[in-house]
Amino acid sequence: MKENIYGLLAEFDTPTQLVAAAEKVRDAGYKRTDAFSPFPIHEIDEALGIKRSILPFMVLGGGIVGLASGIALQWFVHVYDYPIIVGGRPYFSLPSFIPPSYELTILLAAFTAVFGMILLNGLPQPYHPVFNVPRFALATREKFFLLIERRDPKFDYGETRSFMQSLNAQEVFDVEE
Amino acid sequence: MQNAEELRAIRQRLQPPMVEGEHTFGSVSDKIGDLTLKKKTPFHWFIGLGISFLIAQLLLFTVVYLVVTGIGIWGNNQPIGWAFDIINFVWWIGIGHAGTLISAILLLLNQKWRTSINRFAEAMTLFAVACAGLFPLLHTGRPWLAYWLFPYPNTMGMWPQFRSPLMWDVFAVSTYATVSALFWYVGLIPDLATLRDRAKNKYFKVVYGLLAMGWRGSARHWHRYEIAYLLLAGLSTPLVLSVHSIVSFDFSVAQLPGWHATIFPPYFVAGAIFAGFAMVLILCIPLRKWYGMEDFITHTHLVLMGKVMLATGLIVVYGYAMEAFFGWYSANEYEYFMIKNRIWAGPYWWFYWLLILCNGLSIQLLWFKRFRESTFWLFVISIIVSIGMWLERFVIIVTSLHRDFLPSSWSMYSPTIFDITMFAGTIGFFFTLIYLFVRFLPIISIFEVRTLLPDAQVAHGHHGAHDGDDVHGESQNFTEGVNESTDRESKRELETPTDDRGKYHGK
Repeated sequence: MKENIYGLLAEFDTPTQLVAAAEKVRDAGYKRTDAFSPFPIHEIDEALGIKRSILPFMVLGGGIVGLASGIALQWFVHVYDYPIIVGGRPYFSLPSFIPPSYELTILLAAFTAVFGMILLNGLPQPYHPVFNVPRFALATREKFFLLIERRDPKFDYGETRSFMQSLNAQEVFDVEE
Repeated sequence: MQNAEELRAIRQRLQPPMVEGEHTFGSVSDKIGDLTLKKKTPFHWFIGLGISFLIAQLLLFTVVYLVVTGIGIWGNNQPIGWAFDIINFVWWIGIGHAGTLISAILLLLNQKWRTSINRFAEAMTLFAVACAGLFPLLHTGRPWLAYWLFPYPNTMGMWPQFRSPLMWDVFAVSTYATVSALFWYVGLIPDLATLRDRAKNKYFKVVYGLLAMGWRGSARHWHRYEIAYLLLAGLSTPLVLSVHSIVSFDFSVAQLPGWHATIFPPYFVAGAIFAGFAMVLILCIPLRKWYGMEDFITHTHLVLMGKVMLATGLIVVYGYAMEAFFGWYSANEYEYFMIKNRIWAGPYWWFYWLLILCNGLSIQLLWFKRFRESTFWLFVISIIVSIGMWLERFVIIVTSLHRDFLPSSWSMYSPTIFDITMFAGTIGFFFTLIYLFVRFLPIISIFEVRTLLPDAQVAHGHHGAHDGDDVHGESQNFTEGVNESTDRESKRELETPTDDRGKYHGK
C-alpha cells in the first residue's frame, strides 16, 4: 500500500486554508507538491513557489515569426516570384502589406498562446493518479486539494501523513498509482 | 475604519455586486451546470430550436439553388455590384465584435461584469462570424474554388493580390474566426472539466471528458492558463479593432464618393460594437429569464450594456454627422452630390431617415433612467438598433453605388426573393446554433463566476507571521473592507512592497 502510492492528497474547504497549508508545506521543505482548485488562486503561485512561466516569451516568438513570415510571403509573391504593377505602386508596397502581416502576427501568437499553454501543461492527459480519489471530482466544483508526491525526497508515508493532517485538512487521502 | 465603511457604501453604490443571492462554489456550479446536465430540457427550447431550424432550411435551399444556378439569382447587378451579400456580411461581422469586446477588452480593463456574459457573447461571435463568412464565400460565385484566396504554390503559377482590401479581408476574417474559436475553447476547458465530473450519463461524461483534455485544476496549470488567457485577450483586442477597420477598407480604399472617407475605420468599429451589444441584449434578456439566471446576469449587467450601447451609438451618430459634413465641406461636386442624393434628393432618402430614427434618435431614450433600467425598453431599443445597423450598411453600400459617375449607368436596386431567403436563413442558422449551445454547453463561465464570490478571496490573516508593520496590516484591512468584489490585483499590489515573495522565486 505504502509502496504503490503516488502521493498524499489533503482536502480543504476554502482557498484561504489551502494557501495557508501550501505555505506550511513549502516551509517544511517539500518540493514535489501541487494544489488543485476550482478556480485560479493567485496567492497559491507564491505559496507553492511556482516559477513564472516562459509562455509569454514563446508567444512573443510566435508573433515575431508571424510578422516575419507575413512580410516575407508578400515580398516573395509581389517582388520575387510574380512582380506585377498594381495601381502604379512599387513592387514592395509596405503599407498594403501591413494588414495581412498584422493578422498573421496575431494568428501565430494566439496559436502559440493556446497550444503552448496546453502542451506546457502536459494536456491532453486523460489519466492522472489523482483521479483515483473519488472525492477529487469535487476539485472542479467546490473543494481545494493539496498534493505531496511520493517522489519528493522528504516524503515519508507516516510522517508526511500526520504532517498533512496537522494542516487543518478535512481529510487526507492516499493517491494510488 | 469609519472612513472605510463610508467608502464601502460608496463603492457598493458605484459597483453593485455582480452575483446576487446567496451562492457558494457548489451552488454556482450546480445552477449553471445543471442546465446542461440535469434539468429537463424545457419545452420552449424545442419550439425555439424547431422554428430556427425551419428558417435555417431557407439558407440550405438558397445555397443549393445558388450553387447550381449562379449568383444571378441575387438582385445585385451593375452598377450595384454589391448589395445584400456585403450588407449582411458586414452586419453579421459587426454583431460578432461585441463578443470579443466583452471577452477581451473588458477583461483587460478589469471590468468584472463581463464575467457572466462573456461565454455566450463569445458563442454569439463565433456563430455570427460563421453566418458572415457565407456571404463573401458564396459571392465568389464558385465557392468550391474559394481556397484560391489563400496563398499556396499552385500549378496555375498564380498568387493572390495582396494589395487588395479583399485579400486583407480574407486574412482578417479567417484570423478572427480562428482566434475567437480558440479563445472560446480555452475559456471552456475548466467548465468542461466541471461538467465531466458531474455528468451521470456515460456518453456525456466521455464527450466532456475528451473536450476537457484531462483538466484537473492544478495550480501550475492555472498559472499558465491565466497567462495564456490574458495574452489571448491582449491579442484579441488589436485583432477586433483591426478586423472591422479592414472591413471598412473594403469601402474606403475604393474611389467611390460615399465610401472614400478616412473616418470609416473608427466609425465602423464603433458601429460594430454598437450592433453587437444590441444583439447581446437581445439574446441575454430572454435567456436569463427563461433559464432563471437573474442571479448571474443581474439588472446591473443590463444597465451597463445599455450604457455601452448609448456611448458607441453616439460615436456612430458622430460618424453620420461627419459624413454629411465632409460631403459639403470637401467642395467636391461628386461628394456633395452623393450626400445630397443620400439625404434628401435621391430615391433612397427615406432609408437614410429611417436609419437616423433607428440609430440616432431611438438610443437617446437611454439617457433616461426610466428606459435604461427597463428590461422591456432595452430589448425594444436593441431590436431597433439591430435594424438600424442593417439600414446603415444598406445606405452606405446601395445609395453610394446606385448613382454612378455616369448618369447613363444609374440604376435602382431591389432584392430578389433569394436575397431575402438567404438573409433570413442565416438568422435561422444563427439561432439554431445558439439553441444548441445553450443546451449542451454552460452558458455562463462557471469558474469565473466562482471567483466573483466573496469566499474566493484568500483572507490575509494567515500572513500574520510575515506582517511586521502595522501600516501594512491596516492598508490590507482597508482594501478588504472596501472591496466586496474581487479586487485581487490591488490587494497584491499593496502587499508586494513588504512581502518576501521574491525569496521563493529564487530571484
